[in-house]
Amino acid sequence: MLVLEKNALSEEIESLVNQFGKDRSALLQILQAIQRKHKHISDFAQQEVARMMDIHPVEVNSVISFYSFLYSEPKGRNIVRLCQTISCDMLGKEKIEEAVQRELGITFGQTTKDKRITLEYTNCLGMCDQGPAMLVNEKVYTKLDPETAINILNSIK
Amino acid sequence: MESIKTLNKKRSGPVLFSEYKQGEGVKKALEMGRENILFELKGSGLKGRGGAGFPTATKWMLSAASNSDKKFIVCNADEGEPGTFKDRVLLLEYPELVFEGMIIAGYTIGAKNGILYLRGEYEYMLKSLEDYLELLRKDNLLGINILGKKDFNFDINIRLGSGAYVCGEETALIESLEGYRGEPRNRPPYPVNTGYLGHPTVVNNVETLASVPHILIKGGDWFRKHGTDKSTGSKLFSVSGDCEKPGVYELSWGTSINELLELVEAKNTKAVQVGGASGTCLPKSQFHRVLGYEDVATGGSIMIFNESRNMLKVLKNFMKFFVEESCGQCTPCRIGNTKLLEAVEKIENDDFTFLYINNLKELGRTMQVASKCGLGQSSPNSFISILENFKDEIFGSKGKGRKNG
Ligand SMILES: Cc1cc2nc3c(=O)[nH]c(=O)nc-3n(C[C@H](O)[C@H](O)[C@H](O)COP(=O)(O)O)c2cc1C
Ligand code: SF4
Ligand code: FES
Repeated sequence: MLVLEKNALSEEIESLVNQFGKDRSALLQILQAIQRKHKHISDFAQQEVARMMDIHPVEVNSVISFYSFLYSEPKGRNIVRLCQTISCDMLGKEKIEEAVQRELGITFGQTTKDKRITLEYTNCLGMCDQGPAMLVNEKVYTKLDPETAINILNSIK
Repeated sequence: MESIKTLNKKRSGPVLFSEYKQGEGVKKALEMGRENILFELKGSGLKGRGGAGFPTATKWMLSAASNSDKKFIVCNADEGEPGTFKDRVLLLEYPELVFEGMIIAGYTIGAKNGILYLRGEYEYMLKSLEDYLELLRKDNLLGINILGKKDFNFDINIRLGSGAYVCGEETALIESLEGYRGEPRNRPPYPVNTGYLGHPTVVNNVETLASVPHILIKGGDWFRKHGTDKSTGSKLFSVSGDCEKPGVYELSWGTSINELLELVEAKNTKAVQVGGASGTCLPKSQFHRVLGYEDVATGGSIMIFNESRNMLKVLKNFMKFFVEESCGQCTPCRIGNTKLLEAVEKIENDDFTFLYINNLKELGRTMQVASKCGLGQSSPNSFISILENFKDEIFGSKGKGRKNG
């Protein structure tokens, strides 16, 4: 990372700490904000959070590793999560799975070369009456068929 | 999310989906006073809708009695049990009921702060919920001296989860709010005494809180008229799987599985999984059983499987879920779920002995008693019920559940 980028990230984290507070109870909110913007929480970001909140960096890392929506490794600009739970499975999740993998040329767990999309599985999204369901970042899409799923993926930047 | 809202419009039901005017419940509560609220709530027999079924009035009384200058109301909107989506409907279509339930709880126990813990998967609702809170502030249903009641100050903020099913367990939820890994704590102490940041905290499910305004307006006796002796009122059921009309249904407790199947137009039903992945799987011979605390208790997830489904595949889906979602803190659950999944795979590959299967059912029973929290205590339920109730399909001569299933 360039020195300038590091400075910018430090400033950003500082303003998050000012916004949410230095209490430990603000940690998850701060990590979520970094995750939302940068799609992962880098080692440097973790150290800065730890330093500014007076906690050990290992603690920050252990919180990140617990939550499936927080990542310490870089991901794509968009995170696509397909529901793999049984109700969606019965409504044709496998067809969506095959279609998106073929279209993007990657499998679940991977990121496209241009860093546009990371594919992940997720558990029940609370849309079981309208499956198959998937999240694109925080947006939810329901009643998918292979064609609409691919149109959605092709429309994101 | 307009499309989701409109899709589900025009609901009706005995309690939650009955007529309600915004603000009515809080107004009534402030007129009644704390004692009467608790009295009415006790009279209603309302039990927690999050799964465990703890009497709501008792929970509120315990925390009302706690001596502390700071108390919290937490609305558990972590809705992660596979097949459950009723809280989504309440939050999107009936936010007034949920938030007013929290305000009434705050008034009753003497809390100034409410927190809605919204699962990360529901972040798309955040904006509309925040906007709704703003409206409540404008109407003085939140803020200082609410509806003119001197010294009743209460506000609500929303905190997001980050994709961990176990955070729905109330002590894990509190850990998460405090900025830690969402690992369940030992209980006691219970949150009503030692909750968020060590303060007395009421954690209630979305549906539990949403029932309260209706109970205060129409009375505990009215609520009791619905349902059965031990299971008063109505319940929201999230119905998915093989049926013509999936969705959220408000039904009186005491409805039988058969009645429900008819209502949702399910045909050729072979199995009904009640209570999500942590629930039990009922075969046809048990469809006469009724939904309620005295028979089939549930948080409301109903998943329907018709004759064409492979029950071993269903079980595998559930066991994978638990292996992924176990927090790993205690051995029976961490190792146990992996072993149960392994067993399902062995059955799939026709590579097992019955001695081995029986040992694993025994392991499941050990997990039910030895696990630290409800996740590990209930994860063996599907394993045991599916292998026992569908043994002909899975182990029988047709062996449909094997190899090419
Ligand atoms: C693994 C696990 C997950 C849970 N998830 C939820 C949940 O998503 N929502 C909920 O209200 N209760 C959930 N519970 C139950 C809570 O621990 C708690 O009993 C409930 O929120 C209390 O509210 P109630 O009395 O209104 O039901 C879960 C329990 C366990 C063990
Ligand atoms: S039972 Fe499972 S989820 Fe619960 S504390 Fe133990 S390991 Fe964690
Ligand atoms: S099973 Fe996919 S949303 Fe519930």
